[in-house]
Amino acid sequence: MSVRRLAEKQPESFEFTPQNKAWLEKQIAKYPDGRQASAVVPALWQAQKQNDYWLPRAAIEKVADTLGMPHIRVLEIATFYTMFNLEPVGKFYVQLCGTTPCMLRGSDDIIKVLERKVGPQRQVRVDGLFSWAEVECLGACCNAPMVQINDDYYEDLTPENFEKLLDDLAAGRSVKTGSQTGRSGSEPEGVLTSLTSLYGEGSK
Amino acid sequence: MLSDADRIFTNLYGLGDRSLAGAKKRGQWDNTKALLDRGRDVIIAEVKGSGLRGRGGAGFSTGMKWSFMPKEVDPARPHYLVINADESEPGTCKDREIMRNDPHTLVEGALVASFAMGAHACYIYIRGEFIAERIALQAAVDEAYEAGLIGKNNIHGYPFDLYVHHGAGAYICGEETALIESIEGKKGMPRLKPPFPANVGLYGCPTTVNNVESIAVVPTILRRGASWFAGIGRPNNTGTKLFSISGHVNKPCNVEEAMSISFRELIERHCGGVRGGWDNLLAVIPGGSSVRCVPAHQIIDCPMDFDSLVALGSGLGTAAVMVMDKSTDIIRAIARLSYFYKHESCGQCTPCREGTGWMWRVMERMVEGRAHKREIDLLFDVSKKIEGHTICALGDAAAWPVQGLITHFRDVIEQRIDQYTANPHSEPIRVAAE
Repeated sequence: MSVRRLAEKQPESFEFTPQNKAWLEKQIAKYPDGRQASAVVPALWQAQKQNDYWLPRAAIEKVADTLGMPHIRVLEIATFYTMFNLEPVGKFYVQLCGTTPCMLRGSDDIIKVLERKVGPQRQVRVDGLFSWAEVECLGACCNAPMVQINDDYYEDLTPENFEKLLDDLAAGRSVKTGSQTGRSGSEPEGVLTSLTSLYGEGSK
Repeated sequence: MLSDADRIFTNLYGLGDRSLAGAKKRGQWDNTKALLDRGRDVIIAEVKGSGLRGRGGAGFSTGMKWSFMPKEVDPARPHYLVINADESEPGTCKDREIMRNDPHTLVEGALVASFAMGAHACYIYIRGEFIAERIALQAAVDEAYEAGLIGKNNIHGYPFDLYVHHGAGAYICGEETALIESIEGKKGMPRLKPPFPANVGLYGCPTTVNNVESIAVVPTILRRGASWFAGIGRPNNTGTKLFSISGHVNKPCNVEEAMSISFRELIERHCGGVRGGWDNLLAVIPGGSSVRCVPAHQIIDCPMDFDSLVALGSGLGTAAVMVMDKSTDIIRAIARLSYFYKHESCGQCTPCREGTGWMWRVMERMVEGRAHKREIDLLFDVSKKIEGHTICALGDAAAWPVQGLITHFRDVIEQRIDQYTANPHSEPIRVAAE
């Protein structure tokens, strides 16, 4: 368990955009009548996306009112599920996987890059561009070490290619998601060892 | 070695066409109606006969699990299939490849499995972090709807709705009843069983929760026959299996291989060997973070299957193979897992809520050697007090890695303590009762 509290500074109010309202209606329709509470996690997630990737109290209460749930039930959910950021994050929010498979492949060195370039965990850099946090296994272990930046995975990191990635993001240059060493997915690097009858030696 | 002709996930690496057209070329959605026409009982019997054991970690017979669903559907209590795509077990990254690269195996499997259990609605619960995978899977579902393969009025004549639902970062939601709670819009806290989900599951209705891989292999099993699947691997450990190999191998990868392939062959053939050669292998965690580690000499020629690994005091789990060479600080590797379980405990049961944090704090001191040797036995004893004393298996999963470490690497822990005590320190050595 981890202790998670709401941010001290909170905006006055929160309102879904008309597009997100319509989107939420469609989500609710996925569940049987009277079971609209099922949409609470997707609703909070959409609220977080709309609010620069963090979730203020007003949004939590808005979601509760929309779904006809007591405020405390939704507050419980926002504090239970760790993908809900309860405080502001950088424009590029870097979630670094530090669990054992990534640790074995060198996530310590990636942490050093983050500490040097961004600063301590869970603090937004002064220019507002970056913040980072160490998170638990993100499920891309065959491409370790890796990070998630906002919605996207960046895999097969080295201190060098990761530093370049951060520089490119900061400068607004386009970056490649996924493997940073040219793998297509989680196939072995270089020549394929299976599915060769379909794809020959693979992408490289 | 498995030949490509026997591989089910033929677009595992995303090198081919991911769309419906591409999937059809690879043999999916080929006369699915004929599969359904065999009837519920025949499908369940076939899946039972194939020996398919659940791919989510526990390894329970999939066909048997399906047969627990009520035979008759009570209109007031519709049946549900829920597919567990909350893949969060450290080391495991196989379902992700199915969902982003071969999603139609899963969509077709969802229809067939739902039909076999009398379910007209299925929810796929995908972990929140898998955003690209969710988009890819949703696209495949939309394609299937458009082509009339699923939906209220589909070409198979069996009304069926498939919904993609997502979580928001909680490992515990991979536990089937926590997952059901989460879909219902609650915190992911496991339910006490019984009642089992097959009687009282999602929205209080009969529900079966299956792993992505377990569902995705079903259409191919039905097409090629139970005996084909049962002929791969060893008795009671049959079929093909996705292995996720990470850590200190030259080429970490996901690969579909025959069950019961030896560890040596798996690593040599697909991963370019262990980093620094076989003599450099220290230990392996063969089934995701929840199973006990196995030292090198025990695992090198072990068949990678459920029963062989249980015989070594470990398990196949999700077949997430974490390889550690001799450069690994094994105490730290396990301490990091202890932190993981401390972070992911839902807090419902006291032994787990308090115990995972306690074990982690002691493990952190063991990493430094700042401990007493008698605490090793105390740690083992406390882990045994957590194991089996909680509602779900997270308590067990937190205890086993620590137990594996103590069983196989007690000498390393003791050495570390000796090193620490041999050197002068201004801070006194603390004992466990902190």
